[in-house]
Amino acid sequence: MLKLPIYLDYSATTPVDPRVAEKMIPYLFEKFGNAASRSHSFGWEAEAAVEEARAEVARLVNADPKEIVWTSGATESNNLALKGAAHFYSGKGKHLVTVKTEHKAILDTCRELERQGFEVSYLDVRNDGLLDLEVFKAALRPDTIVASVMFVNNEIGVIQPISEIGEICRSRGIMFHVDAAQATGKVAIDLATLKVDLMSFSAHKTYGPKGIGALYVRRKPRVRLNAQMHGGGHERGFRSGTLATHQIVGMGEAFRLARLEMGAENERIRMLRDRLLKGLSDIEHVYVNGDMERRVPHNLNISFAYVEGESLLMAIKDLAVSSGSACTSASLEPSYVLRALGRDDELAHSSIRFTLGRFTSVEDIDYAIKLLHDKIGRLRELSPLWEMVQDGVDLSTVQWAAH
Amino acid sequence: MSYSVKVLDHYENPRNVGSFGKEEEGVATGMVGAPACGDVMKLQIKVGKGGVIEDAKFKTYGCGSAIASSSLVTEWVKGKTIDQALDIKNTQIADELALPPVKIHCSILAEDAIKAAVADYKKKHGEPVPA
Repeated sequence: MLKLPIYLDYSATTPVDPRVAEKMIPYLFEKFGNAASRSHSFGWEAEAAVEEARAEVARLVNADPKEIVWTSGATESNNLALKGAAHFYSGKGKHLVTVKTEHKAILDTCRELERQGFEVSYLDVRNDGLLDLEVFKAALRPDTIVASVMFVNNEIGVIQPISEIGEICRSRGIMFHVDAAQATGKVAIDLATLKVDLMSFSAHKTYGPKGIGALYVRRKPRVRLNAQMHGGGHERGFRSGTLATHQIVGMGEAFRLARLEMGAENERIRMLRDRLLKGLSDIEHVYVNGDMERRVPHNLNISFAYVEGESLLMAIKDLAVSSGSACTSASLEPSYVLRALGRDDELAHSSIRFTLGRFTSVEDIDYAIKLLHDKIGRLRELSPLWEMVQDGVDLSTVQWAAH
Repeated sequence: MSYSVKVLDHYENPRNVGSFGKEEEGVATGMVGAPACGDVMKLQIKVGKGGVIEDAKFKTYGCGSAIASSSLVTEWVKGKTIDQALDIKNTQIADELALPPVKIHCSILAEDAIKAAVADYKKKHGEPVPA
């Protein structure tokens, strides 16, 4: 059953799985207690639910439940990890290392740390979107205290070499933080073997509710943080504030389902993604952004050259997707991630991100393929760039009147 | 981006899309913008007796409002002399299409395209190009 518009923006957010919603509902009314209330059964009941959820989050990533701290989402987790570690370890040094293709929750936090007197190196990636380990090693200094590299990129879906980076950091005594908001349920995460000290999670990218996330804080070897939120000493002092029991229960259930189902689900989604790519590959001048091998199966980021992204989004409004085009951003700048790959700005403006998920069907994909074929042709008929290319003009030799 | 009915109409049914033959009499071309900026407009005018614009065509690489702005000016310049065409201002285009503030640059680009096409015509026909 085809239902329009078709949602292909699962990396922006996912719907709450109905099984998750069902499990959350009792904690809004019947089981409304405060998990910090130690004197009655309402509190005990909430606390038990919170601890069960904590164990489920820990289980997905093979961590100890005591290493999981609840937050409001991955943005808060990233802030707590970077600011908390930078402040705590500032006596050892004031240098941090991260990557230009990180999420804004990392980049803007690093900018804030720079304002506070820290120094940050923002590393380039290769044109496949992956971090070069030699570039990473070369950026490390004796005063480097924290490195932060995302597990899975939100725009192009590439998987960074977290295991190798972890080894490098551990050998030099550098705290290693990983933003895993886009990774849970998509790649296997084993914190018993990965040398990762801090890892950020979000519920709503993995079929849980918005407004809840977690930060993994390693206990052996022990990682210390300065709290950013004070008031009551909840979460062992790392993050005060009354726990949102229903949200936490939802995240626990979402991560439990992810652990049980990700194997089969990822294969199904990979089949759909590959069907989409194959269906579009007969269109001329189509370019995949980012490495196709070291990539989550959910993501396809493609540039349709000579067609501007926003006008393409208007033409395919039956598909809910996102674009790297400047015109879809408030800043009027094209995607900084695609620019970091060394793509021409034109290809960044022409990019569309398709992200597939649990409720994507074969019919959805076939509809998308057909629609794109129709609309790309129409928009190229409208495009002076396409006309010039058809006439044999090399666009790179044209003197443009930039504005 | 929520667009006005007029923008959507021009986007869905763009007027005067295409190109004139390179050797056609009286044809002049204005190409403005850059691919790196996300919009390129090509406006062509066909000028007849008395400097009257008899026909116009466009092709645009850009967002919906860039396409709508250039489609609109092809309608507006037709029947005007080249000097009257130069009186078309970006504010009129923006008002007509009810462009949101972040899209005003599309109307400026459309105005620039008219100026560029007229300058091209004057260059080809020996009239001095205003500085």
